[in-house]
Amino acid sequence: MKKKKIKSSLGSKIFTILNSLFMIAFVIITLYPVLNTVAISFNDGIDAVRGGIYLWPRKFAIKNYETVLAMENLIIGAKITVARTLIGTVSSLIVNALLAYVVSRKRFLFKSQLSLFWVITMYVNGGLIPVFLLYRNLHLTGTFWVYVVPGMVSAWNMLVLRTYMLGLPDSLEESAQLDGAGYMTIFWKIISPLCKPVYATIVLFVAVGQWNSWFDAMLYNRMKTEYTTLQYELMKLLSSVMQQSGSAASASERGSAAAAITPLTIRAAATVVTMLPIICLYPFLQRYFVTGLTIGGVKE
Amino acid sequence: MARVKQKKDKRITWKEVKRQKSLLIIAFFVTVYGFIFYYWPLTGWVMAFQNYKPAKGILGSKFVGLDKFKFLFQDAAFIRVIRNTFCMGALNLVTTTIMAILFAVLLNEIRSTIAKKLVQTISYMPHFLSWIIVTGILHDALSSTGIINDLLMRSGVITNAINFFAHPKYFWPIVAFANCWKETGWNAIIYLAAITAIDPSLYEAASIDGASRLQKIRYITLPGIKPTIMILLLMNIGNVLNAGFEVQYLLGNGLVQSVSQTIDIYVLNWGISQNDFSLGTAAGIFKSAVSIALIVICNYLAKRAGEERLF
Repeated sequence: MKKKKIKSSLGSKIFTILNSLFMIAFVIITLYPVLNTVAISFNDGIDAVRGGIYLWPRKFAIKNYETVLAMENLIIGAKITVARTLIGTVSSLIVNALLAYVVSRKRFLFKSQLSLFWVITMYVNGGLIPVFLLYRNLHLTGTFWVYVVPGMVSAWNMLVLRTYMLGLPDSLEESAQLDGAGYMTIFWKIISPLCKPVYATIVLFVAVGQWNSWFDAMLYNRMKTEYTTLQYELMKLLSSVMQQSGSAASASERGSAAAAITPLTIRAAATVVTMLPIICLYPFLQRYFVTGLTIGGVKE
Repeated sequence: MARVKQKKDKRITWKEVKRQKSLLIIAFFVTVYGFIFYYWPLTGWVMAFQNYKPAKGILGSKFVGLDKFKFLFQDAAFIRVIRNTFCMGALNLVTTTIMAILFAVLLNEIRSTIAKKLVQTISYMPHFLSWIIVTGILHDALSSTGIINDLLMRSGVITNAINFFAHPKYFWPIVAFANCWKETGWNAIIYLAAITAIDPSLYEAASIDGASRLQKIRYITLPGIKPTIMILLLMNIGNVLNAGFEVQYLLGNGLVQSVSQTIDIYVLNWGISQNDFSLGTAAGIFKSAVSIALIVICNYLAKRAGEERLF
């Protein structure tokens, strides 16, 4: 008996040590590439090409950021990205919340039909080409609205909202109705304030999606530089063909004497600029996405 | 999730319709929107059976029956593309699931709450980065002066830097690693939630019986989250074909295209770049059909296994 206890506590200690090592390795693998990019972004360009920069810049320079922030396309992209994130998130939240409210009313005439109508869209879609042609026929391509309108209603977000709303007590609605409140008053005054946590979840999901999307900019607005997005500009910087022309352009812009910047450091600086807002914000929103994911995953 | 049958199931009265006017108006507009953006594109599937010419439109183009599909399945490139999509999808699904479960189980064993919270917060971070950023970072890490070659050369495993993106044999593992790096922490959220739901008295009883920590994981934690694992696995099998675009598109290059191209990239290349809308649509329909078949099969299996239905 005694022997066994000693043995198990030794085993437990070994387990704790190995487990801690695993977690440390996990954290290093997760963080290192990001921190390395930050270090490279603050390093002198020509020096950085030699490699061997780890967590701290070897030859400190701020020039990369000056160059990046002077790139016209990147600034336009940043403005468009902020605009699409704001407009896209707000409109998507309002429409999805209204739809979820409608289908979660127990006495609504078409609640099951309307739910089914949207659930089907999760599994069947026309595919890239028919969708592309549709947007072209609707004259959405080549405009800002192609970022906002097509993805406004999402069945998955609607289902998360609906699940949350169905969990609210019915008596709230009934007593408000006795007081003479209509459905819209109940939505704005009673249901929405109670749904703040799940709204925050949806806002987070939609906003991150908007901030990170690049494919729509490439597909629908390739020729329209005034509607380019941050991620798409970053992609152009990252792909090797653009790399050379981009660096050549920026080098000539700055004058050859001050060309201490290289594609490597420019890319790093642009990457840091693009990911900074999200990295600063997400730790504060943790509890929202944890609840949202649990609702969405389990009850779907 | 017991759905109690409502007793208020009254007849639809005119008064009720009038009261629901605002709901009906919203439902109307949202349905019109849904028809335009989600259902109307399905009519475009007709193009797959035509020799579609943009100038003539769907109504004026000539029907060619299954010719486009025949062309697809005689095209060695398309067969390769199907193989790539399936293999990478399956490899990603298996590796990300194992990593997420491993991470969730081991994180649960961390005693210090602060350390646990910290590790978890860090683990979510990559999920919020776009694939553009992740593939860019990966490119740097795997470049000739990147950290991986640096470590391998220092430890004497290799003498010359490996160009990881030039050899087809490295491509699938790189994609799987990229997916694990980005999503392990995020996918673990749901497993951690499932672990929290396990009755703590089971662990106490096991401790009294002298079970080691590994035994507790083996006999309590893993069986406890098995339903969650099954559900998520089945749900994701239906999505295997949908997970093959961004990484492959961003990391692929001419040297590895025999293993990097997926159905979605094939559609993009033929449909948008080469303007063969019919062929692109046909490939897209094939993908949808296989996806739906997978979902239906998985749903059936889930029901058979007595788990919760997927939809």
